Amino acid sequence: MTNTSAPARPGISMEAAERRRARLAEQIRVGKMTRTLVTPEGAALRLRLATVAERAGAFAIDVAIQWAIVIGTLLGLSFIMGAMGMERVNFAFAFWMVFYFFVRNFYYIFFEIGRKAATPGKRALGLRVASRDGGRLTADAVLARNFMREVELGLPLQFLIMSMGSDQVGAWMALLGLAWSGVFLFFPVFNKDKMRVGDLLAGTWVIKAPKAQLMSDIVTAVKTKAQGSRFAFTPQQADAYGIHELHVLEDVLRQSTPEIKAQVAARIRAKIGWVPGSGETDLAFLEAYYAALRKRLEQRMLLGERKSDKYDVGRQAALP
Amino acid sequence: MSDMLKSYRFREEREADWRKLDLILTRAENGGVNGLSDAEMTALPRLYRQAVSSLSVAKSISLDQNVITYLESLCTRAYFFVYGARTSLGERIMDFLRRGWPQAVRGAVWPTLLSFLFFFGGIGLAFFLCLQDMDWFWTFHNESLFDGRNPDATVEYLRSTIYTDPNGHGQSELAAFSGFLFNHNAQISLFAFALGFAFGVPTAWLLLYNGVTIGSLYAVFWQKGLGYEFTGWLMIHGVTELFAITLAGAAGFVIGGAVAFPGEKTRLASARASGQKAATMAMGCVVMLVIAALLEGFGRQLINSDTVRYAIAVTSLVLWCGYFYLPRREREL
Repeated sequence: MTNTSAPARPGISMEAAERRRARLAEQIRVGKMTRTLVTPEGAALRLRLATVAERAGAFAIDVAIQWAIVIGTLLGLSFIMGAMGMERVNFAFAFWMVFYFFVRNFYYIFFEIGRKAATPGKRALGLRVASRDGGRLTADAVLARNFMREVELGLPLQFLIMSMGSDQVGAWMALLGLAWSGVFLFFPVFNKDKMRVGDLLAGTWVIKAPKAQLMSDIVTAVKTKAQGSRFAFTPQQADAYGIHELHVLEDVLRQSTPEIKAQVAARIRAKIGWVPGSGETDLAFLEAYYAALRKRLEQRMLLGERKSDKYDVGRQAALP
Repeated sequence: MSDMLKSYRFREEREADWRKLDLILTRAENGGVNGLSDAEMTALPRLYRQAVSSLSVAKSISLDQNVITYLESLCTRAYFFVYGARTSLGERIMDFLRRGWPQAVRGAVWPTLLSFLFFFGGIGLAFFLCLQDMDWFWTFHNESLFDGRNPDATVEYLRSTIYTDPNGHGQSELAAFSGFLFNHNAQISLFAFALGFAFGVPTAWLLLYNGVTIGSLYAVFWQKGLGYEFTGWLMIHGVTELFAITLAGAAGFVIGGAVAFPGEKTRLASARASGQKAATMAMGCVVMLVIAALLEGFGRQLINSDTVRYAIAVTSLVLWCGYFYLPRREREL
């Protein structure tokens, strides 16, 4: 930090090393949840699998919607019955029973067979069902993955109810059944693709495919302000950081508060030994430095050198 | 200085097309394909290919996180759209009825026979056991079951449950009961399918258990000399219903067999290949059970003649067998 004129390899403090390790561990964790799909055009798309927590969340939303539908129709039906008289109440009940079955089992199928391949709950969390081999999601697959829900969820539930309302031997049997059926319930937790038994059988998985927004390029701001000449960074100054820091800086510029921007600007200035000119704002400095850093790193990337972070000296160590 | 940034120029040149693709996709996702004009439909594949190649290039020249995240999301969405299902729900249903369902059933003759064996074995077992000694009935059931239709009931009472009194008020209750039964049967069918995953053992047990229930009830009526009448009462919808449950069991065995004996394939691939076929069969069972419930709820209450009941039973058996097993010309889709 003190030797700012020549950014040779700085001494890595314990704290920084710890942080770096944590970051790499996080990268590995994210990598484990990422699958590569090669399109017929030969491009590699990275698909991120939905975590168990996300899927449980989506399921909770869907169950809430199902209950709302079922209870809503029951109330509506009983209201109409009240107006029409009681004779037909059994027909109405028969109709409702069938309706209940279809809501219970076909709610998921109806939505997943559609173009979005996601139930409202999944859509709310940016999830969708996809075929594991990257092919078309067939109707059979959607049926298979959803009919299996009966075993994964219905069975443990039934054993649970059984274990509560029976004598001692029966309760032990039910408990045994609960443990057995629990294997199905917790199946997604124990495999690396986070598949339900239904997914396994149908050849599907659930991926997170959120819609991303394209924001304006930060470099544009520098260009329009025509401040290129004002912020002339030396190559050494532009070499102080790596790709990771560039991305952090991008996040800071896109979504952080002015206070954080001021802190980051102060740290960068100290690191590269930059003396702020008169009337220089933190934002303008950060944007200009971002542009310079990105330019430098992209140039080096074209030559096959990826400087992954500020500790990554690589072949650059030979620089003066 | 930013003029010299390759990634900036790269983005500037292509951004309009990305946004166009984004717009088309958003419209298509919200309104379906019908919301798109012909020009947009023809532009879509080109824009998709362009976005995919943009992504490849961007990954190697750009360090703008946002652009890469955006392109990945855009390409993924476009990929699923371009290579996704083109058929509408209606077409899928027609394909299921015309091809998928009968094909799946025809492809599973042996599992169907196995399932038939377990189910009707259960019926036969309970029937003959009960005929020999009616105490068996009480081994199988509690007193509360079947609305008092047990060995202690009188012939008159049993007869009254088979035919509907045109002036009676019980009709709507029976309709409600058929709704309840549909629910029960359909759930059992799906269970039989899904439990097949555990090597088919629970499926066999489920079939046997449900067979025993029917068989013991049958014995009660048989013993009182109501065998012919009861068969008519049961079979008017029972042909369809029992066939459906047999097929659901068969679907379970298809999966169980594939998981237990994967053969050349890996266990996963084998389960997957058969799982989809079995799911088609299970879906078919639900359709059959809806038909059975209609026959039960309306047909059985309105038709009180044994001959007509038998005629309907035989007709439905012939129709189902013809639908599933008659050889037919395969249409290429």
